[in-house]
Amino acid sequence: MAKTEPQSSEDLQSDVATETLDWMFRMLVLLRRMEERTVEMFLSGKLPGWLHSYLGQEAIAVGVCAHLNEDDFVASTHRCRGHFLAKGMAPGPLMAEVMGKRDGICGGRGGEMHMADWSKGVIGSSGVVAGGLSLATGVAFASRYRKTGQVVVAFLGESATNQGAFHESLNLAAVWDLPILYVCENNGYGVSVPQRKAMKIGDVSVRAASYGMPGETIDGDDVIAVHRAAGRAVARARRGEGPTLLECCTHRWLGHFVGDPQAYRPKDELEACKRSDPIPRFEDYLLMEKVFTPAELEKVKAEVERQVTAAFEFATASPAPDPADALRGVFTEGTE
Amino acid sequence: MKSIRYHKAITEALAEELERDSRVLILGEDVGMGTAFASTRGLVERFGTDRIIDTPISESGIVGLAVGAALNGLRPIVELTIMDFVTVCMDPLVNHMAKLQYMFPGQHQGVPLVIMASCGGRVGAGPQHSQSLEAWFAHTPGIKVVMPSTSYDAKGLLKAAVRDNNPVMYLYHKGLLRAPGEVPEGEYTVPLGVAETKRAGKDVTVVATAEMVSQALTAAQDLEKAGIDVEVVDPRTIYPLDIEPIIASVKKTSRLVVAHEAVRFCGLGAEIAATVTEMAFDYLDAPVKRIGAPSVPIPFAPSLENAVLPGARDIVQACREVCGC
Ligand SMILES: Cc1ncc(C[n+]2csc(CCOP(=O)(O)OP(=O)(O)O)c2C)c(N)n1
Repeated sequence: MAKTEPQSSEDLQSDVATETLDWMFRMLVLLRRMEERTVEMFLSGKLPGWLHSYLGQEAIAVGVCAHLNEDDFVASTHRCRGHFLAKGMAPGPLMAEVMGKRDGICGGRGGEMHMADWSKGVIGSSGVVAGGLSLATGVAFASRYRKTGQVVVAFLGESATNQGAFHESLNLAAVWDLPILYVCENNGYGVSVPQRKAMKIGDVSVRAASYGMPGETIDGDDVIAVHRAAGRAVARARRGEGPTLLECCTHRWLGHFVGDPQAYRPKDELEACKRSDPIPRFEDYLLMEKVFTPAELEKVKAEVERQVTAAFEFATASPAPDPADALRGVFTEGTE
Repeated sequence: MKSIRYHKAITEALAEELERDSRVLILGEDVGMGTAFASTRGLVERFGTDRIIDTPISESGIVGLAVGAALNGLRPIVELTIMDFVTVCMDPLVNHMAKLQYMFPGQHQGVPLVIMASCGGRVGAGPQHSQSLEAWFAHTPGIKVVMPSTSYDAKGLLKAAVRDNNPVMYLYHKGLLRAPGEVPEGEYTVPLGVAETKRAGKDVTVVATAEMVSQALTAAQDLEKAGIDVEVVDPRTIYPLDIEPIIASVKKTSRLVVAHEAVRFCGLGAEIAATVTEMAFDYLDAPVKRIGAPSVPIPFAPSLENAVLPGARDIVQACREVCGC
């Protein structure tokens, strides 16, 4: 449940390069279409396991990752696919992993909740709520220690901020000035439990003060607002000034997992979700500011559709992993 | 050869590895002052606070951070000092450190990380500072577990652990810290996964770990007077376990006693006993005896602690029983 109502488009005045706007639009559509088609496939019973959908939250991954270089890092949660696509993971191997195929980015060992792609700076997702936060903090520690200049973004849900791992990670990052952003996607729920039943505060970002780092709450369905706030935090991290907690308020359209009947949610809330859809909001903005014409936006959508189709074809064509592979690779060979 | 105490052997290994490889660093509480066990004494003076890092009291955060740092090009050593505190870091240890190599194949060059902690009792540390929890980690795929019993092994195993590209739990024993032992003057390592026969004998095999190795050697001296010739095998690495020398020894002696300080129920002894019956049943002349702590916490008062922790006396008795005398 977003606590910040959508701003009117007039509030959105841009200092963003056209190239970046183009990339962000393309990414939003890619995340949306990958997700819609994955959900469709899941509902038709063709995917093993579970599926945690990112539908509705796309502006956060896109607005944040727009600032990251190829060798910067992201870490994520059970709801990770949008973050990883926005960081540059190829859609084909990502989808093959979700399908449990040999050509999945992790050979089918991880599935939708556990994947990584170090060639693209994707540290990995953790299926344990808040479990990935200290690892991401450690990647940032090594970046500072080795003076590589890499920035790390750890995505988390608001419920993860009630875990001890959140507290320990933010304290360590603050005390050692680590180059990391904790991007909290506040979709109002931890499975079925609303935020007000799980914490006494409204804005999660106030927690930042207790670690001595800046905290900010923004409309996470406004890609320009996300881009702007993330830009400040990334710049701060790159200057060596330490971490930031950025709370992005958003909406979880499909419930905790695909198939969640969401009986615990008031009806009007689900309708508010659609009103806050980041994609039409961004489209309106791009058209009003005359950044793109309607025809140009349609062209992008068609290009993305071809890319998504190719990813699904790649993943579908990939065989199941060889059962013998299940017993390999618990340890890596070799020593220094 | 020179004789140094076990804790000094640990520190020497750390110093040599810090010297050899600039990616190696130590994180832990009070590592700057050397820790309560002197395991890092003198290192901060030599290597500075950038590499010998005093952390907040956040064991879970530090273990997770070290895993992340290991993925991103460093070779961290986390000194937890007291093994009982692994309970607050089980998620980073079990769900992350142990699984990343398998879950994310080909994504990074392993997870080169050492978790050091003291295990064991015999120093009056009480129920929350005396446990031997190695079986938990040996039971978790993806973690190597070592338990040195001498200064030589303490140094050599630690150096090998730092050089390994996989996560290693290095468990040193509190009761051995001041024990002297011979180590070479020069460079050496003790490979992980290789057992050693600490005493050759022909009548009964005692497989013992950590401080129980000394107890077994004491027992062997007693038994020698009674005409029983004991062979003592020290696995040194708990996982992966080097089972072959144990099987070979049992084939020679036909009798087996397994002794560890950890709780007997579901302990390493049960694993070894089962494996030996699978691989060498026909050679056994007596049922395998297991020695370990009973299923109670380790109490503080010396009279109580002694009643719980097994020792040389138990080994003597078990050997007599399997030898039928
Ligand atoms: C330690 C742990 N506890 C519980 C779960 C089960 N679980 C998975 S996701 C989730 C809710 C997480 O909510 P939040 O962090 O707000 O993220 P969101 O699902 O809203 O994206 C729960 C309880 C888990 N995976 N790990």
